[in-house]
Amino acid sequence: MTYKSQSVAKLYFIAAIALFVAQILFGLIMGLQYVMGDFLFPAIPFNVARMVHTNALIVWLLMAFMGAAYYLVPEEAETELFAPWLATLMFWIFLLAAGATVAGYLLLSYSDLADLTMNEMLPTMGREFLEQPTITKLGIVVVALAFLFNIGMTILKGRKTVVNLVLLLGLTGLAVFFLFSFYNPTNVVLDKFYWWWVVHLWVEGVWELILGAILAFVLIKVTGVDREVIEKWLYIIIAMTLITGIIGTGHHYYWIGTPEYWQWWGSIFSAMEPIPFFMMTVFAFNMVNKRRREHPNKAATLWALGTAVMAFLGAGVWGFLHTLSPVNYYTHGTQITAAHGHMAFYGAYVMISLTIISYAMPLLRGRNAANPAKSQTLEMWSFWLMTISIVFITLFLTGAGILQVYLQRVAENPQPFMAVQDQIGLFYWLREIAGLIFLVGLVLYIASFFVGQDEPEPAVAD
Amino acid sequence: MAQAFTKTMARNIFYGGSAFFFLLFLALTFDTSGQLPSRDNRAALDGPMGETIAKGKELWEKNDCIGCHTLLGEGAYFAPELGNVYKRFGNSIDGIKGFIASRPKDGIPGRRSMPQFNFTDEELTALAEFLKYVSEINTAGWPPSDNG
Repeated sequence: MTYKSQSVAKLYFIAAIALFVAQILFGLIMGLQYVMGDFLFPAIPFNVARMVHTNALIVWLLMAFMGAAYYLVPEEAETELFAPWLATLMFWIFLLAAGATVAGYLLLSYSDLADLTMNEMLPTMGREFLEQPTITKLGIVVVALAFLFNIGMTILKGRKTVVNLVLLLGLTGLAVFFLFSFYNPTNVVLDKFYWWWVVHLWVEGVWELILGAILAFVLIKVTGVDREVIEKWLYIIIAMTLITGIIGTGHHYYWIGTPEYWQWWGSIFSAMEPIPFFMMTVFAFNMVNKRRREHPNKAATLWALGTAVMAFLGAGVWGFLHTLSPVNYYTHGTQITAAHGHMAFYGAYVMISLTIISYAMPLLRGRNAANPAKSQTLEMWSFWLMTISIVFITLFLTGAGILQVYLQRVAENPQPFMAVQDQIGLFYWLREIAGLIFLVGLVLYIASFFVGQDEPEPAVAD
Repeated sequence: MAQAFTKTMARNIFYGGSAFFFLLFLALTFDTSGQLPSRDNRAALDGPMGETIAKGKELWEKNDCIGCHTLLGEGAYFAPELGNVYKRFGNSIDGIKGFIASRPKDGIPGRRSMPQFNFTDEELTALAEFLKYVSEINTAGWPPSDNG
């Protein structure tokens, strides 16, 4: 750690990991409710567990992105953070808002929460992933603006690197597109159309800029490859991301009342969306192969390579699987979507978060470069357990999805939704078992922060 | 080759390409806005049931229906698609109202069950009218089967 103010990132990373645990626990509850429908009913209905599962994910990823920015922006800009106190203050506001919101989900009925937070004044609640009370959304805007101001001022007064500029661009886009969450017309088609401007333009647009910038930063650090080379790759990857991804939004406009030409625009452009992810894989492996130093943090390098591979598989391959409109006609809104969602989010955004945490945390905790071997070994075990589990979760959900599509939509006598769900229960059980192994991986991950801390760092063979 | 393709060129492709395709996206959005009135069933929103439908959408959101169901294929995959439920229930407002009103308070042992929301008759009508309105949106022939 070169600059004192980078240490504020530690708070963000710790909170991110805590919320990650909450996300997984509620995921396991939901998974069980899929096969034991009355589990925890009516205390924690499925929709409540799902809100906690998805909202905790979103918030912890945002926490990790902010932590990443507070860590890497000063280092790239070669100057202290503009206002470290503001970063600390915003952390507590964000954490408090997130905590209060989750408490609201769990302790109140959703409609009471809507009344309590005066949703009727500016109704924004009750839409997928945007379930947060309007006041929480306003809080997110305040936190995001203060954060952008802090990061922006730091970049302005320091060295302007490509990594910093791309990161800032991604984070600005994140804040700007979030504003569409306040637009909620009665017209369902318009509602859905602009809802995707938050959801799609986040995860298949500006978030990929953030992902690319963090990956580039870590690769510069662990491989020692010339910055010029890495920055060129970064530009070309994010160019392909936005060139394919913006019009690729069209793959959500097939069946929601929008004109049918979107089936062409959406199919053609989103079929190209795997390209930037494939380039990212080639990029990461190339840089590691051409490394000019042996960085002692093997775990961080593993996470970086893992991100590149799993983002390609989850977002690229599993996305392509159902993105062409003639295929999507049958798969839209089934477990196929869920399968893709799980591996894409894990591969792209969970893994890049764990990459930067893996790289930065040892330094934030006062070590020279890396955790001791014992700790890294445990962390790498957790990498494999979580990653293999998510692959199996995805495969089981894909199996469930294929059967669901056939029985409910394709077979000669299509069957009702619940009749089909009863027949594919085996896949949901297998998914739940894979989820439990994921939890074991997560426990090992957390344990890796506490083992061998008094042992020396692995030697650097430079 | 490595020399021929410079970082500046990569940067220009990024800025130029992103700007171009974002503008194209805005143009398509503009065109879509022009076509929506003939597809999105806004006549129902402007008609005599408009206020009831708006009330129905408020209730739909206030009770997080999307947390279990899909609507035009978007939402959660725990409970049936509702974009076409009006048709599935034989074009019956009363059918929808009766189903929602009759959910058991403590659920069904061992099975998934919709919670009992204790809606008034007026609220049930609003929800059902909202679902009827959605079912009359032109969705390009989706879903493939009435089962959703």
